[in-house]
Amino acid sequence: MSQIFPRSANAIVRFSLVGVLLFGGLVASIIGMSMRSDYVTGANSNVDQPVQFSHLHHAGGMGIDCRYCHTSVEQAASANIPPTKTCMNCHSQIWAQSPYLEPVRASWKTGESLVWTRVHDLPDFVYFNHSIHVKKGMGCETCHGRIDKMPGIQQKSSLQMEWCLDCHRNPEKFVRPREAVFTMGYEPEGDQLEVGRKLVQEYKIQSLTTCSTCHR
Amino acid sequence: MAIALTHARTARRAVPPSRAALAVVLLSAALITGCRQDMHDTPRYEALEESDFFADKRAMRPIPEGTVARGNLREDDVYYTGKVDGEVVHTLPAQITVDKALLDRGQQRYNIYCAPCHSTLGDGNGTIVQRGYKRPASYHDPRLRNMGIGYFYDVITNGFGQMPDYSAQVAPADRWAIAAYIRALQLAQAGTIDDVPAADRGVLEGGAPAAAPEASHGGGAAHD
Repeated sequence: MSQIFPRSANAIVRFSLVGVLLFGGLVASIIGMSMRSDYVTGANSNVDQPVQFSHLHHAGGMGIDCRYCHTSVEQAASANIPPTKTCMNCHSQIWAQSPYLEPVRASWKTGESLVWTRVHDLPDFVYFNHSIHVKKGMGCETCHGRIDKMPGIQQKSSLQMEWCLDCHRNPEKFVRPREAVFTMGYEPEGDQLEVGRKLVQEYKIQSLTTCSTCHR
Repeated sequence: MAIALTHARTARRAVPPSRAALAVVLLSAALITGCRQDMHDTPRYEALEESDFFADKRAMRPIPEGTVARGNLREDDVYYTGKVDGEVVHTLPAQITVDKALLDRGQQRYNIYCAPCHSTLGDGNGTIVQRGYKRPASYHDPRLRNMGIGYFYDVITNGFGQMPDYSAQVAPADRWAIAAYIRALQLAQAGTIDDVPAADRGVLEGGAPAAAPEASHGGGAAHD
């Protein structure tokens, strides 16, 4: 009985074995990359809001502190989206006739809430608290990016678990002095790792990576 | 749509119907499980979330008027209104101690909530005023310099003239810290060289601190 496969088939088999491994690796990395892509995480794309609010103008241009509006960021889990009253503190007189601000004035008159679109939405099985991060010297900018340069609002970080762990494992890579937490464009005095290690000790920052730190 | 496509393809290749059906079921199951977000969005409210249960659509419920949190009855008129019998107090309430920490806190809160209009100097020429908001009185006006400290607490709490109230943004303890810091601003702006400790005067006059010999100066006009 003649052989079904020619001798060259041996080479093809070897190539195929390597090929399957390579192809598998390629598929795995494509999946890995797409799971981390901005398309999946929602990072770096503008989120439409009912009012064209610009952090570039308010936080950047006018230099208003984050806490003027996000009042509970130092005490609570949620940083707080300001009520319409906070907008009206200034806009009762400034840009008081602007059509852009019509939804704000309508909300002020009727008492109905402005329905803002949520930008940062962690899964419900993750516990996150702003106040402890702020107290331990995590800057707004570290997670939220240069908010003072955003005309429209964007999520800057992936919010994926590996991103959280990157800092929870090595807080010295990101920690900054408490005075600089609300500063945009902070530059460490000297090497970040050196400064960071000192601050980690000073602020008694623990590297919390147990599951129940966040999944509680 | 995925299901329809799979149907078309299986029909063309004439795969036995039982196996085609299995493929469709498995594929659909994979697609459906991939899209489920039940654990991401569990049926509980997050801060400021929209609710379809309450008429005003707010998951966070407004506190009914007159609610007193346990241990937070505001009996102390001086501390919570800055007034006694309708007159503003001239001294800080007994609970408040003036120290560096209080003034630091006051400065920080002042710069967040007050400086946009009143400016970091307290002269009433903040960035918001430069953009068209009615200019507030300068803290360095004789009227405000002689006003009791309770007045500043009262204005932060209830607003005054064009100024809205800041009771929601600034807690009572911080209002007192700000009031104390406003006093510090007033003192600083009206300070003279005689208010500077002798050892530090050299700094203002361009010399080195402490090491500089006691220079002769007229006093009075020189202040930063």
